Amino acid sequence: MFFLLPTATSFWYSLTRWDLMTAEFIGLENFHQFFSEPFLVQGLINTLIYAAMTSGLKTIFGLLLAVLLTSNLIARGFLRTVVFFPVLVSTIGIGITFTVMMHPTRGIINVALEAIGIDGPGWLTDPALALFSVALVDLWKGVGLATLIFIAGLAAISPDYYEASRIDGATRMQQFRRITLPLVQPATITVITLSLIGGLRSFDLIWAMTRGGPGFSSDVVASVIYKQYQAGFYGLSTAGNVILFGLIAVIMVPLTFMFNRREIEQ
Amino acid sequence: MTLRMKTKLTVVTALTALLLSGTAFADTTLTFLVDNNADSVAAAEALATAYSEKNPEVTVEVEQRPGGGEGDNIVKTRLATGEMTDVFLYNSGSLLQALKPETSLLDLSDLPSQAKVADGFKSVVSTDGKVYGIPYGTTMAGGIFYNKKIYSELGLTPPKTWAEFMANNDKIKAAGKVAVAQTYRDTWTSQLFVLADYYNLQAQAPNFAADYTANKAKYSTTPAAVKGFERLQEVHDKGLLNEDFGAGTYDDGLRMVATGEAAHYPMLSFAIGALKQNHPDEMADVGFFAQPGDDAANNGLTVWMPPAVYIPRTTANVEEAKKFADFVGSVDGCKAIMAVNTVQGPPLIDGCDLPPDVPAAITDMLPYFKDGKTAPALEFLSPIKGPALEQITVEVGSGMRPAAEAAALYDEDVRKQAKQLGIPNW
Repeated sequence: MFFLLPTATSFWYSLTRWDLMTAEFIGLENFHQFFSEPFLVQGLINTLIYAAMTSGLKTIFGLLLAVLLTSNLIARGFLRTVVFFPVLVSTIGIGITFTVMMHPTRGIINVALEAIGIDGPGWLTDPALALFSVALVDLWKGVGLATLIFIAGLAAISPDYYEASRIDGATRMQQFRRITLPLVQPATITVITLSLIGGLRSFDLIWAMTRGGPGFSSDVVASVIYKQYQAGFYGLSTAGNVILFGLIAVIMVPLTFMFNRREIEQ
Repeated sequence: MTLRMKTKLTVVTALTALLLSGTAFADTTLTFLVDNNADSVAAAEALATAYSEKNPEVTVEVEQRPGGGEGDNIVKTRLATGEMTDVFLYNSGSLLQALKPETSLLDLSDLPSQAKVADGFKSVVSTDGKVYGIPYGTTMAGGIFYNKKIYSELGLTPPKTWAEFMANNDKIKAAGKVAVAQTYRDTWTSQLFVLADYYNLQAQAPNFAADYTANKAKYSTTPAAVKGFERLQEVHDKGLLNEDFGAGTYDDGLRMVATGEAAHYPMLSFAIGALKQNHPDEMADVGFFAQPGDDAANNGLTVWMPPAVYIPRTTANVEEAKKFADFVGSVDGCKAIMAVNTVQGPPLIDGCDLPPDVPAAITDMLPYFKDGKTAPALEFLSPIKGPALEQITVEVGSGMRPAAEAAALYDEDVRKQAKQLGIPNW
């Protein structure tokens, strides 16, 4: 009841012109308007790029870090903490910090680059670059969680396999490809699913760093929706949320289905 | 419970309520919601103190809310849920219309102080001949702040036409200085060249506001309306901007024009408050002129009206709230605000004169008012303002989208707003 009622109400409001006080039924007008939103298409493409990029990078780097941090390393516990630490910090705080660091002339990144003779780009002010800069910060922030999941996955692999393969003369690389990768697959699926959903509806980091800008160049679906809400178009933004919900479902349901089947096959 | 007992109980309850409200009347607390801008809060506190001195039985409690879009939502939500304070501060003009004053606010037309309020202001807080607000502060203007030191060093004079403005810019650039400061990290600051061009637009197309509201005139098809976008594009294309315009903030812009890092910064005159606070020693170096158009003979200023004080219908203290609002609109109230706030332009209450030591930028503004060369900004004449204008102007000012295309895109944005507001003909 507590979950279904608000959901049903938001479906209703998405069909109205709503100013919080009165709601006038206008049918599918909001959906029509939302789909003719000039930046929706770019927002959709950006959302997919962002989700695929952050999810892919988190999986790759998360696995590599996990392998590194389960090997016999000095200060392993400390390094694990360091990698996980950004996950605990507020996203908005990280966004603001990196925005300052990525300032084109005064930011620490470009000042450092200039010191070694490189003319740093406008990380957040170049429309071609802004979305990727935010995605990299997202990777920095989120990779700790992926690493944690992978460490748990790696710990579940019995050392006997490595023992046996070493006796058979397998190299480190072969061990990684033939033993680690297949056996850590449940963890991989968890990481991909979680980070893909996170990427598709990601909003706070983008909003803190670029507000969808410069212009509309780093707008994602969630920020397009938020701007409608900000403008007081409550019905329209609710319609946007219904669409975002549909989009995530359309991508995630078949993906989960596919993953599940693969897991059963093994 | 018998019927009799019930009646008795009702009577007792009613009597208690009466007694309680009686004491409450003798010692009323009025709540007053304002935005958290330093100037708004300081003025509210000053008004509360001044009012309680005169009326010791009333305490005015100031509450704060965020500004911008978030603040709009708070005001709308509180009005919708009946949780609004007894008196509140909010924008005049089109934003007020979005609150549906005829159903949510009390009619303040009959307050004695209205007799001294300028008609120009009344028109932006009225619907159907009823006045709902009392002015809170002085008039504001949109135009261009300039650095007087740079102007005197290079022997320049404030321009009367856009061509003169660009000629000045070329000389400033040739002298190795930043001609125009732009600060797109705070996207709203990018709109000024378009919004402050409205005096020039209405000089060439006098019916634009009405036709635009009625869906008969468009930005993209009205050459005088595209001008604002073209001017923004021109300053970018000629390389007149500061290097970090994409990451600069509002505070950066003020610093640049105050300290002479940049010669011009287009902005609303409310910036005088922040300038005075952040750069008190450079106030004399900062001047102000209206955004110039094509006609030197008709060089005028686009004017913004200050926010107003309103009373929601849901207040329990109607009479006390009205008395307080009346005080805000009196000469005493106006002087209480002026004592703590930086004056941003001429006052709107007859008899409330400017203090003698106003900043240079205000003195520069006065001749436009004296000569009647002012026009209210479009947002006070039409309820329609597209919400994405600031993103579009960032694109134009960064060279990402040409002016003509931007005007057409803005028309789309305007259409959406009009439809969401349910305005006829759209």
